[in-house]
Amino acid sequence: MRKTCLDTVYELARQDGRVVFVGSDLGAGTLDQFRDEMPDRFFMEGVSEQNLIGVAAGLAMEGYIPYVNTIATFITRRCYEQVAVDLCLHNLPVRLIANGGGLVYAPLGPTHLAIEDLAIMRALPRMTAVAPCDAEEMRRFVPQTLDLQGPCYIRLGKGGDEVVSDPAHGFEIGKAIMMRQPGEVLLVGTGIATTRALRAAEELAAAGIHCGVLHMHTVKPLDEAALLDAAGKVSAIVTVEEHTLVGGLGSAISDLLSDRMGPKAPRLLRLGIPDSFPDKYGSQDELLSYYGLQGEQIAASVRGFVAGRHEAAA
Amino acid sequence: MPDLAALERRIDTVYRPLPLDARSRALRHLVIRGLKGGERGHLGSALSVIDLLRVLYDDILRHNPADPAWPERDRCLLSKGHGCLALYAVLADHGYFDKAELDRFCRFDGILGGHPEAAKIPGVEASTGALGHGPSIGLGMALAARMQRADHKVIVVTGDGEINEGAVWEAALMAGKHGLDNYTVIVDYNKLQSYGPTAEVQDLEPLTDKWASFGFVVRNVDGHDILAMRQLLAELPFSGGSPNCIISHTVKGRGVSYAEHNADWHHKSKLSDAEIDDLLAEIGE
Repeated sequence: MRKTCLDTVYELARQDGRVVFVGSDLGAGTLDQFRDEMPDRFFMEGVSEQNLIGVAAGLAMEGYIPYVNTIATFITRRCYEQVAVDLCLHNLPVRLIANGGGLVYAPLGPTHLAIEDLAIMRALPRMTAVAPCDAEEMRRFVPQTLDLQGPCYIRLGKGGDEVVSDPAHGFEIGKAIMMRQPGEVLLVGTGIATTRALRAAEELAAAGIHCGVLHMHTVKPLDEAALLDAAGKVSAIVTVEEHTLVGGLGSAISDLLSDRMGPKAPRLLRLGIPDSFPDKYGSQDELLSYYGLQGEQIAASVRGFVAGRHEAAA
Repeated sequence: MPDLAALERRIDTVYRPLPLDARSRALRHLVIRGLKGGERGHLGSALSVIDLLRVLYDDILRHNPADPAWPERDRCLLSKGHGCLALYAVLADHGYFDKAELDRFCRFDGILGGHPEAAKIPGVEASTGALGHGPSIGLGMALAARMQRADHKVIVVTGDGEINEGAVWEAALMAGKHGLDNYTVIVDYNKLQSYGPTAEVQDLEPLTDKWASFGFVVRNVDGHDILAMRQLLAELPFSGGSPNCIISHTVKGRGVSYAEHNADWHHKSKLSDAEIDDLLAEIGE
């Protein structure tokens, strides 16, 4: 997903002189071709995220479209004020490419786990926040960032993520994709959590519980119409996210259902990471299992929820 | 040039700034007009930087109040956004907006907030107020100018307390690396931050050496000496291939005897009409 994203930025830069790349201290060899072919639009400026966001803002004020890339926690937590003031307040077209969203950097521990990134990015006015589910979807998405108004946060997965997106669905920022038509239950995911939700839906179908899967790749602006339309047809909604339960996709949908449907809203179960710093290492998949976010675990939670239990399965 | 840095360290006993001329006094009256309009403001911070802004906008910057977005303009960012009353006074005086806006400073429907916002105020390049942002934004602008082979200057005015912020030094590192001689940082060194003397809160010395070690060509100037500032700023860039730094030695609250060197006047609110009249009388016609 990361390679596809950066390769697409390189292609955009070749086509459009406004595109510049700003990195911190990325891995050796990152975008060498970009640097060699367009050295005046390639900046690798060291471990200084606050400065990089400000510099990107200044470049954008002068008509450029900067793509800024570093690890997700550093591009969100470290420089939050710069993102809020320099980018959002000024409404500038700066793209934040965040390596390792969610639990990708499991072996590196909580300093590197971006589990509240979507919450804090979507809290900012004018920010667009997108979490594609696989590299193919990333390829369809990134070119659309070129002329997008305002700043945009791009959450990357691990790389080599299973491809579940369908070219036939296309891609439009802010338009959720119904990957599986709803039955009595609707699962809503973002990023690679959608892949797990799809697996859960397959397992549940075999057990006679028919679940739709809505891929909410854009967490902000939320596709309210798609969600409300589907919500009117199901008795239960289950959100799945590789993110804390504080303020992410599940919270956004809870807010929407409460505000717009009130007592007529379907029952809602939110699956995600509890309000804590992950206390284990291992792999992304191990941590997803630890938090009950693998397909079969999601399916178990949905079965319990349908049967009346309002909690994630252990 | 005298060793102003050394001179300023003995400021209480030795340094006596030049008397203010009529223009500097008139601009200070506009600052007080804003202070009165908003019933608040960072007075001390505005009065230390206003003579610098006067020289920049009167004599140095290429700018056009009738066309604030003129692409060929020099970019000037007041990174110490809390000193905005000085910027508002100078911009209003140059006709960027009506001076009557000063009467609505910080008011619900005014355009002039307690920190400047680019989207609202003609002539303001960037919204500042959160400290330490201007040097990086200006750096991006300077890089853009170089890429576009444009010859305009980028000048970033910071406070002294402001450069406690680490991001300022991240920007300094990068400016040095790129050798941007179209980029100038001016530190308004009034030696008082909100809590007290910079020497006690977070000593910046040796400040000239610090900027020089980051690759800047550094000059010191008396930030209330109009002629000296004119002469120095006209020399920009100081050296091809290096960013520029000017340490502008100033007096916080300059022009009002009891506000000078007085941290209590960093920010003031709810001044009575009599106190406002006294400020104006202190400054003089």
